[in-house]
Amino acid sequence: MTPRSSNHNRPILEVRDLHVSVGENEILEGMNLSVHLGEVHAVMGPNGSGKSTFTNVVAGRPGYTITKGDILFEGESILGMFPDERARKGIFLALQYPVELPGIRNREFLRTALEALREARGETKLAIREFNKFLEEKAKAMDFDPDLMKRNVNEGFSGGEKKRNEILQLSVLDPKLALLDETDSGLDIDALKVVANGVNAFRGQDKAIVLVTHYQRILNFIKPDYVHVLIEGRIVRSGGSDLAHELEAQGYEWLREPAEEAAESVGATGRPS
Amino acid sequence: MTQTAEATNRYAEDFDALREEREEEPLWLRDLRREGFDYFQRMGWPIDDKRDEMWKYTDVRPVARTEFRLPDAPSVTPSPAEIAAMLPFDEDMSRLVFIDGYYSPDASRIVDADDASILRIAEAIREEETLVHGHLGRYSEPGHDASVALNTAFFRDGAYIHADGPLSAPVHVVYITSDHADPVVTYPRTLVVAGKKAEVTLIETFVSLGPRNHFIDPVTEIALGEGSSVTHYRLLLENTDSYTIGHVRPCLGLDSTYKSVVYEVGSGLMRLDLEVLIEGEGAFADLKGLYITKGKQHLDNLVSIDHAKPHGKSRLYYKGILDDESRAVFGGTVYVQPGADKTDAYQEDKNLLLSDRAEADSKPSLEIYADDVKCGHGATAGAVADEAIFYLRSRGIDEQTASRLLIKGFASEILDEVGIEPLRVFLEERTSSALPRFTGAEVAA
Ligand SMILES: Nc1ncnc2c1ncn2[C@@H]1O[C@H](COP(=O)(O)OP(=O)(O)OP(=O)(O)O)[C@@H](O)[C@H]1O
Ligand SMILES: [Mg+2]
Repeated sequence: MTPRSSNHNRPILEVRDLHVSVGENEILEGMNLSVHLGEVHAVMGPNGSGKSTFTNVVAGRPGYTITKGDILFEGESILGMFPDERARKGIFLALQYPVELPGIRNREFLRTALEALREARGETKLAIREFNKFLEEKAKAMDFDPDLMKRNVNEGFSGGEKKRNEILQLSVLDPKLALLDETDSGLDIDALKVVANGVNAFRGQDKAIVLVTHYQRILNFIKPDYVHVLIEGRIVRSGGSDLAHELEAQGYEWLREPAEEAAESVGATGRPS
Repeated sequence: MTQTAEATNRYAEDFDALREEREEEPLWLRDLRREGFDYFQRMGWPIDDKRDEMWKYTDVRPVARTEFRLPDAPSVTPSPAEIAAMLPFDEDMSRLVFIDGYYSPDASRIVDADDASILRIAEAIREEETLVHGHLGRYSEPGHDASVALNTAFFRDGAYIHADGPLSAPVHVVYITSDHADPVVTYPRTLVVAGKKAEVTLIETFVSLGPRNHFIDPVTEIALGEGSSVTHYRLLLENTDSYTIGHVRPCLGLDSTYKSVVYEVGSGLMRLDLEVLIEGEGAFADLKGLYITKGKQHLDNLVSIDHAKPHGKSRLYYKGILDDESRAVFGGTVYVQPGADKTDAYQEDKNLLLSDRAEADSKPSLEIYADDVKCGHGATAGAVADEAIFYLRSRGIDEQTASRLLIKGFASEILDEVGIEPLRVFLEERTSSALPRFTGAEVAA
């Protein structure tokens, strides 16, 4: 099958037979996925199925052991790279549980991060005034409370404010691949629209998005090209956006047994055949 | 015979050797010294079977086993310019400098103060004997513990501040230990008597000139009279092979305010007992601390606040940044005595662990025997930095920058409280260079 909206065939992200353990526990048990530029993939699945493990491992979060398989970004294995190297290559993870950074102001954090990325891209340093103007525009587009910029990163932020802050970072840092881990969870309907608008503004031919979610409703705003179901560390079913409706109506039980065969039926790439 | 017993004998020899010199001191002081010395002869250090709950996490055998020598008068002393370069924050302040326990008049200066005496304690004992007699050893009693006992028996000199109104400038007391081939011990002694409505800012700095082991046993007594306020900064900047065991004792009178910021980056083995007594109604103690440890450093802060009178308020906030295999112990105790109703006390201790081999032990406790009190604690033993570092790095920030941002941010909550601008800048710089692993530059001890 040819990728729908990409000029090149090489996927930006390719996950090959990925096995990941934490301690003795194997969490991902042979996951496969290919994502091309221009595409939005939704990953759904029951609690504990390994969705966050997957996005964390792509971003390089420590604490996981990769026992088998590979992750390629733009055709190159990234397993040996530190998280900051991956970020500088264009990978961004919006965390399911954004971390609080006591004593580090949001503005300072964003500026330091943007400087690091601009330097990696060979761009010149932004003067403070330029940066402030740039940030102000981004924040405004997202209805982001300017007071939150002066506060310490995520410290004392409400659940929704934290998620909004992740999307603000996405929009400021402008990566190539965005992994969004349940960025829609815990948002009221207005915040959900704001976040969805932020993601849609980011979306484009030169971007790719992997969106982890439990809910169909975000997919009404951000229409995915593919939906994958992750159960017990494997993608057991892939389809179009219809699949999300099916899951909403029926839950995951019907996909559970026997996981082994289901995994085979979608083929090695995890893409619908 | 054990090494400990030998070391104890060394103290006995030293005490005898000083007998003649002490003949010139007033009788009450000689009695006080004798009381301290007898206590130490009887009790020794809290090691082995004498190591109780208070010393559970800290083993002072290295101190007990070393034969520390009393230093001779220093042959070379740093010039005022050298001191200013080392501690560049006291330009407009009074400064009292002691090197190896000996007063250094050349390096010291007193900014003119009305209603106040700023003297070295040896002089104060002659000039203001009645007042000194009334306060010295009254708060840190000679038989309080081994460290106070030895300090009382052996202190040579120290700082004395007596104010009956607002002091026009802070007083910076610098206790310097010079470099010695054999380990030496010094006994810095500070006494502050803040009279009615007095306002005093005191900075005590402890610093070593060389990298070798030595021991300091400092005692600071602070009497706060009615409506007075004392702001106390305490900077422990010694080398990381030295030992410190000390005692700070502020006693708060009616409606007085004691604010302290302890800043600890020095010492290989440290124990500091800060024992605050609220002995007047409506007094307020605000205690802040920041300790930054690396290598095999072991820093133990035991802070107790004794609310003996009603309507008292205390706030305690200590933060630690720990790297390598270092260890920090924080013990915070709030006692609310019977009758100390309407007491309002809160304590919190937070640690940032930059290495998985570092260890922080927090043991906050509340003992409440009064009614209608508001007390609480929110200690978190050790927030591991991994999560925060990952978060920063996942945004493209390299590891060193991420760690530096985190350290600076974590420390800022305490350092932002430092009201003296040049001092705050000094401490911020000291903090950012305290862990060379993240900066690539080591600061001279
Ligand atoms: N650091 C860890 N230590 C121990 N177990 C872990 C760790 N990380 C993940 N796990 C386990 O791995 C499994 C998958 O966790 P993961 O967070 O990836 O699930 P998830 O699909 O994101 O779930 P949710 O929908 O609840 O967010 C769970 O059983 C979890 O307990
Ligand atoms: Mg998850």
